Amino acid sequence: MSAPVLTTTLNPDDPQAQARTAHNRALAQELRSRVAQAALGGDEKSRERHTSRGKLLPRERVERLLDPGSPLLEIGQLAANGVYGEDIPGAGIITAIGRVSGRQCMIVANDATVKGGTYYPLTVKKHLRAQEIAEANHLPCIYLVDSGGANLPHQAEVFPDRDHFGRIFFNQAQMSAKGIPQIACVMGSCTAGGAYVPAMSDESVIVRNQGTIFLAGPPLVKAATGEEISAEDLGGGDLHARKSGVVDHLAENDEHALTIVRDIVSHLGPRHDHGLPLKEPRSPRYDADELYAVVPDDVRAPYDVHEVIARLVDGSEFHEFKAHYGSTLVCGFAHIWGMPVAILANNGVLFSESAVKGAHFIELACQRKIPLLFLQNISGFMVGGKYEAEGIAKHGAKLVTAVATATVPKLTVVIGGSFGAGNYGMCGRAYSPRFLFTWPNARISVMGGEQAASVLATVHRDAAKWTPEEAEAFKNPIRQKYEDEGNPYYATARLWDDGVIDPAQTRDVLGLALAAALEAPIPNRPAFGVFRM
Amino acid sequence: MIKSLLIANRGEIACRIIRTARAMGIRTVAVYSDADAKALHVRSADEAVHIGPSPARESYLVGAKILAAAKATGAEAIHPGYGFLSENAAFAQSVIDAGLIWVGPKPASIEAMGLKDAAKKLMQAAGVPTTPGYLGENQDPAFLTERAAEIGYPVLIKAVAGGGGKGMRLVEAPADFADALASCQREASASFGNAHVLIEKYILSPRHIEVQVFGDSHGNVVHLFERDCSLQRRHQKVIEEAPAPGMDEVTRAAVCAAAVRAAEAVDYEGAGTIEFIADASEGLRADRIWFMEMNTRLQVEHPVTEEITGVDLVEWQLRVASGEPLPLKQEELSINGWAIEARLYAEDPAKGFLPAIGPLEHLRFGEHLRIDTGVEEGGAVSSFYDPMIAKLIAHGSSREEAIANLLGGVDETEVWPVRTNAGFLGLLLEHPQFQSGDVDTGLIGRELDKLVHAPEPDAEELAEAAALLAASPGLGPWSGALGFRANAAPRAVVRLFEDSGTIHVVELDEIAVDEPAREVLTFDAGFARRYTLERSEGTGHHSAHDGDILSPMPGKIIAVEVSQGQSVTKGQKLLTLEAMKMEHTLVAPFDGVVAELAAVAGAQVQVEALLARIESAEA
Repeated sequence: MSAPVLTTTLNPDDPQAQARTAHNRALAQELRSRVAQAALGGDEKSRERHTSRGKLLPRERVERLLDPGSPLLEIGQLAANGVYGEDIPGAGIITAIGRVSGRQCMIVANDATVKGGTYYPLTVKKHLRAQEIAEANHLPCIYLVDSGGANLPHQAEVFPDRDHFGRIFFNQAQMSAKGIPQIACVMGSCTAGGAYVPAMSDESVIVRNQGTIFLAGPPLVKAATGEEISAEDLGGGDLHARKSGVVDHLAENDEHALTIVRDIVSHLGPRHDHGLPLKEPRSPRYDADELYAVVPDDVRAPYDVHEVIARLVDGSEFHEFKAHYGSTLVCGFAHIWGMPVAILANNGVLFSESAVKGAHFIELACQRKIPLLFLQNISGFMVGGKYEAEGIAKHGAKLVTAVATATVPKLTVVIGGSFGAGNYGMCGRAYSPRFLFTWPNARISVMGGEQAASVLATVHRDAAKWTPEEAEAFKNPIRQKYEDEGNPYYATARLWDDGVIDPAQTRDVLGLALAAALEAPIPNRPAFGVFRM
Repeated sequence: MIKSLLIANRGEIACRIIRTARAMGIRTVAVYSDADAKALHVRSADEAVHIGPSPARESYLVGAKILAAAKATGAEAIHPGYGFLSENAAFAQSVIDAGLIWVGPKPASIEAMGLKDAAKKLMQAAGVPTTPGYLGENQDPAFLTERAAEIGYPVLIKAVAGGGGKGMRLVEAPADFADALASCQREASASFGNAHVLIEKYILSPRHIEVQVFGDSHGNVVHLFERDCSLQRRHQKVIEEAPAPGMDEVTRAAVCAAAVRAAEAVDYEGAGTIEFIADASEGLRADRIWFMEMNTRLQVEHPVTEEITGVDLVEWQLRVASGEPLPLKQEELSINGWAIEARLYAEDPAKGFLPAIGPLEHLRFGEHLRIDTGVEEGGAVSSFYDPMIAKLIAHGSSREEAIANLLGGVDETEVWPVRTNAGFLGLLLEHPQFQSGDVDTGLIGRELDKLVHAPEPDAEELAEAAALLAASPGLGPWSGALGFRANAAPRAVVRLFEDSGTIHVVELDEIAVDEPAREVLTFDAGFARRYTLERSEGTGHHSAHDGDILSPMPGKIIAVEVSQGQSVTKGQKLLTLEAMKMEHTLVAPFDGVVAELAAVAGAQVQVEALLARIESAEA
């Protein structure tokens, strides 16, 4: 397999490049400091209380669980950031893919230093998203349980609905049924509904004198039946390991428990062999840091997306498909970390030709079982009489159909704007990409703030009587709202993506995600819906 | 010339003798005990004869079995090696009586040197200086004071019947002698019922110097210069070298001449060693070197003499035993460079030199040294014999070069899992006092603390071990993106467990794309280390109810084997329950004490009834 090497026109000494670099580096720096802050978990007092009981902090638990040197691909690092009017860093739960005993696993670790590890609505959403990723990619799940259960003040948004707390156990059962191992390690409270996490697992561990599992804790038992019993006697490690059989392994402390979990994973049996021809990974010819110089500081400014691809793919080699047709959607084959990938990248607004080309290309990728990568920077499909008349809606529908029904793994990175139906055609969240990451410069909304303000001003019944100042006064809050809600941190806090990533790390993130996606078999025959011709 | 030779020994010396015998075209016969059935010396010999069980007193020390083996194999001669029967005059005589050739001195010479006091008198008569001292019937204080003055202060007064340091006084000046004598005599009388004392020269800075001598049946005796064996631990030689550092030509000539006189005095044939003690407080001086004893055999440390003289001492032994004259005359012998030998033992210096035994799963020696060994990789160090694994022998044009070469050899020595003293040897060779040649027999004892502890492993070694243990197969990013963390610096630390119990937290800077190693063995300057990834196994502490012995089902107790308060060990039978037509034995879950005993023989018990409670020994 070989392909031409992409060339670059970037001149790092160019003032524009330097201005972009400064802007994008500042964005990356802001991202890193937000992530570092969230990674601390609860406040110092809670962390101290936690460790004073001989417990490892949740992040340390994850680290000790991993193989030494293993990468860690976190999901939803900044979840719940600024959502609840109180600090719930990372939504009080760590979800990450890591290598444990040589195998990629989804790790779900409660952070008891954040509100006792209780489940806020976004905690539930993050837990479910982790399970969704695990299920789609056949990743064994390891639950490091240390949670007080549902957050009671938020019970209405946590308990009753389909994608609420109960779905966790539904997912465990579904995954277990598919042979995706479910492993629980009870390292703290595991009360009420939470008790089902270990109980629904294939194999479980509990830490003696620390982990407890019961449907009702000692105070509730006393209130209900008058029985006075200690937490340890009611649902401690000895009880469950020796008597109830709710857990399978008894550990003395966190370190011991994590060793047992590693041992469990080492006995999970064979994993899926994707059988794809892999190449020796090679770095791109151009430095990833140069992406800071490539990406404009204004999301509306055009630039050549080949410059991005050249800094993501192995050897910067790109076998482009239909380069001269529908050129606002760049399609082509390449490798990332030695794995084949079929890339669709926006290079301007989508026209009918670009949409049809994209659909064709997705069919090719599915025939060849090559995962799809969408680099999304799209203001939308072209509008206007000519385009409606030539049937851009049906051509766009072809692309959306292909995206929706593609059987190969899909990965999406929002590298710029993500507006309107462009979001659909480029595999937005609703199209279930296996992973979706966002760059810190990205903007996501149904349309741009300016357009929305204009549309809303135009349809306002008093618009005709407005002075220009009055019109501005009407439009400004709308612009501001779109600016706030289109901000990637607003999006990622609500888990509309799997995380904001530093552009310079994109290649590694994609490599890890792609390799995780290959853990699940790719169906043999693509089955697309009806394409409107 | 002898045509066939039985080697009445084992291990490295048997192998050493076989090597020369083979080169001389002599058929070799080995003997072996049960423990040595697969030993290297057995496989190296042309023939081998089993001579009994593993303990030496039932095999290698049984002269009759050796003679029978010689007879059975038609061996013409017997080489005793060192140790075992090598200085047993009666055995030597029985070999001769059986019509075989004894590769060693005449039994009379062995006997003469075997009695230490008689040997000393013999030496004095021959004009060989002996350690000044008085041992006699006359216990008159005035007489003893005179003797002490003759001997020269400082002196030691020792109870004749004493031992273990009891009844011993060091006297530094004449003024203190009378009091010390009186108190020593009192103590001797009280402790041993015998007030007799002896007086000895107290040697301030003792060095062990010995001279290799060789005699033939034609009346020739030569010396092959001296060796210094001052580096000893509890009278066990550790490092030997030839020549002795600080020995000038005049002193050497005097000592070697004395050694030749000593050998001549007993009409010596074959290889022998005259051991001297030197007071080196002011350097080696001829008037401060005294005869101690003679070893009438080949010494363990003979290779250093071979290395500096170019003589194969075993070849000479076989030639002399065959009746040939010595191959070289005294004036044809000279010293070429320097040689040092280190004895590699299976022992753990960090644990008080505790002997180590076990299989030699991994065994490598440096390729640039002379290695005299009797074991191979896959062999074992047995508890039945001396735990010496090998002698590492280095030669150099100078002492510095010989030391450097030997250090290189120590560094290349790899033994696992049996612990060895290789690291200790390395530290000893690097010790400034040894390097400057300022040695004495107390050096190791004084400096022990600096010599037995393994230094911290160096960063490079840890990094290499970490990389191997953290290796991950597969080309993809889950192996290659070392320690990747999104939006943060990479984190790649390995927690290495070293067998000593230390945890090393090591930053990984590279990762091998390979199956991870289960363990990594490293050998650095003689120190062997094993690394594995840290595993937390728990401490094995017991929780409150672990010691409760509950009835597993309803049944009848048919036997109670323990009583309340009794100590029990893990797995020990406590009681027997009969239920469902089966007998069920209940055992102690861990070491402890029977704190409670509710079970009574003959009683019917319900399920989960508390029958006994064991309290852990660790609590």
